[in-house]
Amino acid sequence: MLLVSPTAVYVLLLLAAPLAAVFAFSFWTQDFLTIDRTLTLNNYREAFSDPIYRTLMGRSLLISGVVTLVTVVLAFPIAYFVSFYVEPSRKALWIFLITIPFWTSYLLRVFLWKVILGFNGVINSGLLSLGLIDEPITFILYNANAVVITLAHAFAPFTILPIYVALEKIDRSLLEASRDLGESRITTFFRVTLPLAMPGVVAATLIVFIPTIGDYVTPRLVGGPNGLMIANMIQTQFLKLNNAPMGATLAVLAMCAVTAISLVFVFFNRRYLR
Amino acid sequence: MKGGWLRVYAITYLVFLYLPVILLPMFAFNDGTVMAFPLKGFTTQWFVQLAGIEALHGALLNSVFIATITATLSVLLGICAARASTRFRFPFKAPIMGGIMVPLVLPEIIVAVSLLVVVVQVLDLPLSAWTVIAGHTLICTPFAIAILSSAFQGLDQSFEEAAIDLGETRWGVFRNIILPLVAPGIVASFLICFTISLDEFIIAFFLTGAEPTLPVYIWSQLRFPTKIPAVMALGTLMLLASLIILSAAEFYRRRGVARVGGKDSGGFL
Repeated sequence: MLLVSPTAVYVLLLLAAPLAAVFAFSFWTQDFLTIDRTLTLNNYREAFSDPIYRTLMGRSLLISGVVTLVTVVLAFPIAYFVSFYVEPSRKALWIFLITIPFWTSYLLRVFLWKVILGFNGVINSGLLSLGLIDEPITFILYNANAVVITLAHAFAPFTILPIYVALEKIDRSLLEASRDLGESRITTFFRVTLPLAMPGVVAATLIVFIPTIGDYVTPRLVGGPNGLMIANMIQTQFLKLNNAPMGATLAVLAMCAVTAISLVFVFFNRRYLR
Repeated sequence: MKGGWLRVYAITYLVFLYLPVILLPMFAFNDGTVMAFPLKGFTTQWFVQLAGIEALHGALLNSVFIATITATLSVLLGICAARASTRFRFPFKAPIMGGIMVPLVLPEIIVAVSLLVVVVQVLDLPLSAWTVIAGHTLICTPFAIAILSSAFQGLDQSFEEAAIDLGETRWGVFRNIILPLVAPGIVASFLICFTISLDEFIIAFFLTGAEPTLPVYIWSQLRFPTKIPAVMALGTLMLLASLIILSAAEFYRRRGVARVGGKDSGGFL
């Protein structure tokens, strides 16, 4: 008890207390240079009535959802491949290979996606020189598609690892038993492997979905005007408009929305998690 | 070949993962300011240019300072929590440990704005390297705990009991038996925390004072197209540094697993 206390106290002071402060701020209002500390729901009223906040919030949840779906669906076969088809002695090497790109500067990775997807970028110049297209394609940069591609890349290791760990835990004799009892390879996968891997899939989903809501770098660099997300607005409120209470309100609302969706998701998958 | 199509897919996916990483050095050595294909020719002038930028050196020193303090604090906090959670039972263990690991999934912007509110509005303190350190320690500690927990978990309790029976004090046991056995885990978690802090942008952008960190400096340069090749050169050097640090961390982690006689399960997380 005594031993864990320094860490617990640190988290309490630097996380719980500040979160409480943000919560309190969301009920206050900015009065030019000072903060008006009368409790009011005005910020929340504004957040719900102003279409710009509604649009941003809806778009953020949608983009985060799509990113999560794309990332998990793309990552699952990789985790499956490493767990079932790679020799045990080389698994660590594969996992190491998968995690390396994640350790390059996040900012530069996002910026390089801009280069890859851009008008004169890698994809366009590649396709042009191959003669597959006549003019550069533009639907892949400065919109939500670019945000999805970039974030799906950024969160790849976070999804592969939990699914891989869940797949590794599966007792291989269960799969043999299923085959012996007459299931085909495909039905074995859907009736045995996938349900047993679900805890990893659920963990991966949450690990991607929750932080993507809070990202403002990717939307800013590759999203264009129609790819901006709620975190960009939170950042603007705090740093540019100097309206901390409104920023706090949006932060609280974003957290509530993410938490609610996550809880619903976990609830629907509860039978796999026991 | 086992796996067939799955193997083809896996290799395609690796190409997708490595695409930005491969482009980084390509543009760093490219003799042209426009970031587009075809490449112009080979040059090392961008690397030479880096040596002459004063603001960059300040940002680098600042980042290294922040990363060193952050890693030290995170490892110390990590040791306390990992030791407590693997060895002892205490009331409210699950909620306490859960609370400590929360920053791992919390959107970073939430951590950033909540600390900003407290520092600027409530405490009325100036932003400085220390505010960044506070935020970074918060997000690095869970990583340190994850690595250290596996190091502590592998410890055989009978070593400690034997040492106590032979007359060691509690502190002596920790100092002479436990610490040497988990030392590789400590080194590995230190290096990981150092790298995370060095690369972290979202929190640093909110909490940095007059002295920018390296990522904040890079962010300010990305707006100027003429500065970008130098940034690519810088990124290449940072990638190299990260790779060296991480290979060292992986080396120590494996040695740690071997030292306590465990089986290597691979990967950091």
